[in-house]
Amino acid sequence: MFDWKWDFTIEILPRLILATFNTLMAAGVGYGIALIVGLIFALAQRTPIRIINWSVREAVEFIRSTPLVLQIFFVFYVGPQFDLRLSPWTAGMIAIGLHYASYLSEVYRAGLESVPQGQWEACRALNLSTRRTYFRIIIPQALPPALPGMGNYLVGIFKDTPMLSVIGVAELMHTANALGSESYRFLEPYTMVGIIFLAISLPTAFGLRTFETWVSKTLGMSKSKK
Amino acid sequence: MNEYPTRLNDDAPMVRFSKVSKRYGELTVLDELDLDVSANEMVSIIGPSGSGKTTVLRLLMTLEDVSDGVIYVEGEPLTHMERDGQLVPANQAYLRRQRSKIGMCFQHFNLFPHMTALENCMEGPIQVLRLSKQEARERSLDLLDMVGLSDKRDQHPIRLSGGQQQRVAIARALAMRPKVMLLDEVTSALDPEVIGEVLNVIRKLNAEHNLTVLMVTHQMGFAKEISDRVCFVYNGKIAEAGPPSQIFDAPQNPRTKQFLSAVLQAN
Ligand SMILES: Nc1ncnc2c1ncn2[C@@H]1O[C@H](COP(=O)(O)OP(=O)(O)O)[C@@H](O)[C@H]1O
Ligand SMILES: [Mg+2]
Repeated sequence: MFDWKWDFTIEILPRLILATFNTLMAAGVGYGIALIVGLIFALAQRTPIRIINWSVREAVEFIRSTPLVLQIFFVFYVGPQFDLRLSPWTAGMIAIGLHYASYLSEVYRAGLESVPQGQWEACRALNLSTRRTYFRIIIPQALPPALPGMGNYLVGIFKDTPMLSVIGVAELMHTANALGSESYRFLEPYTMVGIIFLAISLPTAFGLRTFETWVSKTLGMSKSKK
Repeated sequence: MNEYPTRLNDDAPMVRFSKVSKRYGELTVLDELDLDVSANEMVSIIGPSGSGKTTVLRLLMTLEDVSDGVIYVEGEPLTHMERDGQLVPANQAYLRRQRSKIGMCFQHFNLFPHMTALENCMEGPIQVLRLSKQEARERSLDLLDMVGLSDKRDQHPIRLSGGQQQRVAIARALAMRPKVMLLDEVTSALDPEVIGEVLNVIRKLNAEHNLTVLMVTHQMGFAKEISDRVCFVYNGKIAEAGPPSQIFDAPQNPRTKQFLSAVLQAN
């Protein structure tokens, strides 16, 4: 490329690598929150208690139909008005975690609903407790159909971490912006960020596909001979 | 609930339906149905499609709540317990104790697809009865042997035929050592050749395990051959009950006659 400066590229590399760790950390922590809170959202929507059921459903619907960047701004800038002062990291993790928890709860819900009613009845007939019914029978069957969706959202949350730059979380995008405005060169920082995202997304997506196949094989539910 | 005794006398039958009704909204499926099943008895339930045969089994398995009436198992209410001389809805511990007396095989087997035949049988004994893995394994292997499936023990349900799945389901239910076994159309998914096998298994159960069997079937030959008593369900009640010889050869109720001739014609 005609205007590409290699020495500049190498000069900014350490800061970009550091920022990559922050991005991975943001995606990992956010996804961890989303996995757990999403499960709570999904199970809450199955309780017979109407008010819990209804309020969680509405909250999930609300979060899913508003933009992530608005939610990030909201938690960070509106929080202090209610004496809720959060660091950019904390605010960012709450916002992105809840956002993806809402999406994941729908994935879990679809997975749980894909388990036939007869499985629940067989558990009842064997006198299995509710906890054992979920953990031994229902979740192992709900998981394989949920895995592709869960994987997509893992890649999704990773690609959405640049939105955290709007409140100053020092992830890749934020760092590239900073590098660009310090040196008035944006080509190298942005290009490198793109390459780093690609270099992580593609193998992750491939790894997830392999994992999905392995899980359904291990659970013995795929038709192929083992 | 005052009109129902909080428990029955010592000579109570294994199972008693006392004026049991089941309604789904406007639809009354069972209408004050009475039914007694003695210990070690084999009872078949026959009747038109949609008459509520499966519902009888589902109520006894506590898969559905009764709308009215009381079911007693070994003289004790199934889903109610006594408090201050009154029947009140039972708590989980009581419900689980009563439920442990009943086992059920479903029309569509409902085996756990992520477990092998052996694991399907071992799940309840380990997780519910708290047997050791070794004990559960031995018990399950014995039962799989009895239903003639020792060689299929490490197969997942998806690799088994309908008849084999049904026999695994029978073994799975038996591994819990129930006193009453409920069989819902266990032969309907099977080829004629394997019906005989299942029939033998059920006979063996009844004789060797002292099991009370309550089964729903639409195969009259099956009901005739295997049951001590046949109950014909019509309009939410047992319209006629008696030994197979009476029901099939000399039915008293015109509805029974009508039903049987319709079934015969269909075959
Ligand atoms: N969950 C349910 N909700 C509404 N109606 C039901 C439900 N389950 C069964 N029914 C109705 O109850 C009636 C009896 O059903 P069932 O006991 O399955 O009949 P059978 O086994 O004799 O064919 C049918 O009319 C059926 O549609
Ligand atoms: Mg039926």
